[in-house]
Amino acid sequence: MTQPRSTAVICIAPRRLWFGLDWSELWHYRELLLFLVWRDLKLRYKQTVMGVTWVILQPLLTTLVFTVFFGRLAHMPSGGVPYPLFYFAGLLPWLYFAGAVTAATNVIVQHQHTITKVYFPRLLLPLSSVISGLVDFGVSFLVLLGLAIYYRAHLGSVAVLPAALLLAVSCAFAVGLWLAALNALYRDVRYATPFVLQFWMFASPVAYPSWLVPARWRWLYELNPMAVVIDGFRQALTGSAGPPVAAWAGAGAIVAIILSGGLLYFQRMEDIVADVI
Amino acid sequence: MQDIVIQAEGLSKRYQRQRASSYRTLRDSLAETLRHPWHLFARRGPGREWFWALREVSFEVRAGEVLGVIGRNGAGKTTLLKILSRITRPTAGRVWVRGRVGSLLEIGTGFHPELTGRENIYLSGVLLGMKRREVAARFDRIVEFSGVGPFLETPLKHFSAGMQTRLAFAVAAHLEPEILLVDEVLAVGDLEFQQRCLGKMSEVAQGGRTVLFVSHHMNQIRHLCSRCLWLDNGQLRADGATQAVVAAYESSALNLTAPPAAPRGCEVVGWELADSRSPHTLDHAGPVIIRFSAWLTEPIARGTLRLQLTDALGRVIWHVDWRFTGLPAGPCIFSLKLAHLPLRPGPYGWRAAMFDGGRWSDTQSLTPPLVVALPPIAFALGEFHSVLDLPFELEACPVPAEAIPRDHSSCS
Repeated sequence: MTQPRSTAVICIAPRRLWFGLDWSELWHYRELLLFLVWRDLKLRYKQTVMGVTWVILQPLLTTLVFTVFFGRLAHMPSGGVPYPLFYFAGLLPWLYFAGAVTAATNVIVQHQHTITKVYFPRLLLPLSSVISGLVDFGVSFLVLLGLAIYYRAHLGSVAVLPAALLLAVSCAFAVGLWLAALNALYRDVRYATPFVLQFWMFASPVAYPSWLVPARWRWLYELNPMAVVIDGFRQALTGSAGPPVAAWAGAGAIVAIILSGGLLYFQRMEDIVADVI
Repeated sequence: MQDIVIQAEGLSKRYQRQRASSYRTLRDSLAETLRHPWHLFARRGPGREWFWALREVSFEVRAGEVLGVIGRNGAGKTTLLKILSRITRPTAGRVWVRGRVGSLLEIGTGFHPELTGRENIYLSGVLLGMKRREVAARFDRIVEFSGVGPFLETPLKHFSAGMQTRLAFAVAAHLEPEILLVDEVLAVGDLEFQQRCLGKMSEVAQGGRTVLFVSHHMNQIRHLCSRCLWLDNGQLRADGATQAVVAAYESSALNLTAPPAAPRGCEVVGWELADSRSPHTLDHAGPVIIRFSAWLTEPIARGTLRLQLTDALGRVIWHVDWRFTGLPAGPCIFSLKLAHLPLRPGPYGWRAAMFDGGRWSDTQSLTPPLVVALPPIAFALGEFHSVLDLPFELEACPVPAEAIPRDHSSCS
């Protein structure tokens, strides 16, 4: 739209392709994506008195609760890893995931006044939710590093970290796409999201180690990409046994499937959202 | 065809009729799907009501044209603008658009009360399609135009409503689009704000860029647009020179009751302008002759002709009772000569009645209405300021204090 003046001709027509992602358009709007992320962060830290402190406190306090109740009182096995480190390493990717998915669920409805007034690729909205969550993640990650140093953790293969993070981001984006589109069309989805996330958390090794799951159910358990992500984080930061290669591949494939379906569904929603929202 | 900036071909948009509730719930949809699983795949099932907001609309707009879009409420004007600004897609047909599209309906888009004035300028500018450096280049002009300079670092929530609007307008006005869409419905702010919107439109048009202007105010359309589209029920009813299209629209918009079928007694049956290019549109200043044709079923020795001129709302703005004697039965023309008919542009109506010596006939509205299509002298843009459009001169002259006695009791 803002390309060289005289040559920019666009054709507005019913969508032809079922699955056509306009990469050049997304690239063209990259500045807007940055602005949306920037706005997200600015608002989050402007409206709270505690600001950045809150980002660190949330995982720290949850870690404290888990350490006291699951660890000290319930004697949950952690494979010899100090409880705070064990829980923080699991909570960090999970809180990122849950936060990003929650934000993405609401993002279309939240921006409905913009959507009905001006055009831009709607995909930028869930994308910005997923990206702005990464900043919080980065801050908490420094705390996690501090904990690892304090407890003199045996670091595992740190190379797993980027892969695990990429998987977490893709998974959050894939699920976020579905929920954002669903919530735009059916406004009661946002009430369901917290429950889904809660169940999902217990289906992921956040509060317990994944080796507690019986071996014959492990294949099913590892279909959950977040289980692989969290195990990957623990492997890197506490030196525990990581997920097998097959689990990585399976999780990747599942995220790819959810992501493709999500993109399709999101585009369908994109075409009608301005008419129904 | 380098200078065509908008080319629409068979543009159609179909909507599902709005249900009672404003949004669907997943629960309802699931229940519906469980009850009638096949509806999920059927494009149109029972209970789904569709209507066409736009149907097969084709037109072209050239660079620098100021195009008016008129029509009743629900005729598809806003849908057309929404398609052109890419907020919604057409159901069928296509439209090519050359250049950046901006609209004054985007005012304040992306504004957030917690962010400062500076931050909002950037955010809104980028949302409206500017690059960051484009906003930066125009930043000083935007601030100056809006007049909120001292409050740039203040959160928007502490701005007055007027300041917010000014800032929003300043950002939108500096977008400098090749094609500007203006929907009058959204420019309902105060009069001053409307004037600014219109001023901006003129400025854009004079700069050789293209404007699409949706309005119900026919005087604004007449004043600003050279060409006009008339949408009626989603279809393009007319496309042509503004004077002709607006006159046709105004005639149809004025809802006149049909004359009664069988004439009884004496009756005025029609009217037309003498010496005019179009018999029912007044398009020249100066003396006017209006011919009223009547039918007398019997001779009238002493009678009265009553003529009334009404405005669009049916209020009588001029009334005359004229006595005559000795008219034979049969057709008759009454010629009304006026030195001026100083009316503001718009639709008016004639009503007539006749007294045949024994009783009055019913007062009837004559069809078609009178459309005044002269450029207005005063208040070029306002629609409902007045009825008369008198030529005038005004002058001011200071005088000594004692020339005007001051009465404190009436002027405190």
